[in-house]
This record gives sequence, C-alpha cells and structure tokens, in this order.
Amino acid sequence: MNYRNFAAWIFLIVVAVFMIFSMFKIHDFGSLDDIDTSMDDHIISNAQTETGANNAVTSVVFDYRGFDTLGEATVLFTAVAGVILAFRRLKK
Amino acid sequence: MSGMSKIVKTMTNIIFPIIVIFGLYVIAHGHLTPGGGFQGGAVVASACAMVLVAYGSIWTMDKIKEKQLSLIESIGAVSFISLGLLGLIFGAMFFNNWFANSNFFLFGEIASWTNTAANINTAGVLPLMNFAVGLKVIAGLFAIVLVMAYATSKIKGGKQ
Repeated sequence: MNYRNFAAWIFLIVVAVFMIFSMFKIHDFGSLDDIDTSMDDHIISNAQTETGANNAVTSVVFDYRGFDTLGEATVLFTAVAGVILAFRRLKK
Repeated sequence: MSGMSKIVKTMTNIIFPIIVIFGLYVIAHGHLTPGGGFQGGAVVASACAMVLVAYGSIWTMDKIKEKQLSLIESIGAVSFISLGLLGLIFGAMFFNNWFANSNFFLFGEIASWTNTAANINTAGVLPLMNFAVGLKVIAGLFAIVLVMAYATSKIKGGKQ
C-alpha cells in the first residue's frame, strides 16, 4: 500500500465517521425545536410593508440581502470577462 | 451559407419575439410575480442563443459584436452598483430601499395589501435593480455563448 492509497483510506474513514455521527444528530424534517427563526419571522411579517414589493423573495434578494446579489453579479461579470479574454486569441 | 435550414430559421423568426416578450415580462414584474432580473435575463439570453444556433455564429457576429454586449453588461453593472450607492446617500445604508412607499412618481406608490391585483408602480428601488440585473444577465450570457461559438467555428475552419 503506497502513500496515496493510505491517505485516501484515512480520508474515507474520517469522512464516513463524521457523516454517520452527523446523520444521528440531524433535525427532524420541519421541526423548529432549537432553530433560531427570528430572522425568518421578521422577513415573513414585515417584507411587504417595508419594501413595498409583493414578491417576498425579490425583496430578500435585492433589499435585505442586496450585498449577496452584488457578489452574484460580480461572479457573472468575472465569468464574462474571463471567457472573452480567453477566446480573444482564437477569433483571429 | 451559414446556419441551419430554412425551416429552422422561419420558426426562429416566429418564436423569438414571443420568448423575448416573456423574458421582459418576467424582468418587469420581478417584484410582483415569481422571477426577477436573473431569471428573465436568462430567458431572453436563451432566445438570443436560439438565434445564434439557427443563423450561425458568423452571421450573428456580423450583426452584433461582443464589444457592444460587454458595454451593455457594464452599463447594467454600473447602474446596479450606483443604485446601491444612492441608498447610501439618500437612505440609511448601502442597498437601502430609500423611496419605497414614499409617493415618489416612479415605483414609489404606497402598496395596498387588501387588493389581490398587485400594483406594478410600487417597491421603490427593486424594479430598477431588476432592470439593471436583467440587462447585465442578457448581455453577459449572450456574450459568453456568442464568443465561444464564434471561436469554435473559427477552429473548425468556418464551416458553421
């Protein structure tokens, strides 16, 4: 057994043990026992009156989490710039 | 003679405006119905990709250059960021929705929740951001597809 095989087995065992233990600690589906829902409750009850938008998802995406959308737009901009840069030589 | 057959081109001519109108509807009603700038922009960009497939990349590159597309995309990005900075100036913080429910003439009417038919002239800065992001996604995705298809056709020897 060489070094890479040994490292792969160690990695597999660690991940498997972690996954099995986390499987027993997972929440029941839909249970709200020890989950903090204050942010969700605030958005659900106040999104329409605060932003004036009927679509609560859009009010989260562009208002409450506008900074995240800015990052998303930056990812798209970077992808376009990279593709145009990479294929510029091939056009000629 | 580039592109696909005459049947495909005719069907593309018929379907293209319908898809574009649907995508613009999704963008414009982003604050009322499911969807928004990203989703509607993807719909319009896929319509443009359909034209690219039907007519060939060389014909499409003659009609619109990728420099114009990247200019449009940069306009969308700059207007999106400046809308966020306007929230910093006029409102409380970055990306603040500063003229929602303020009786401003554009998108500023006070929304009423008793009426089931939603008013499109509400939600302040959200529709403007939807338009900016939609412009950005349309131009960005179409630029990616166009540049890749054009480069591939050049590698293959200009057959398509």
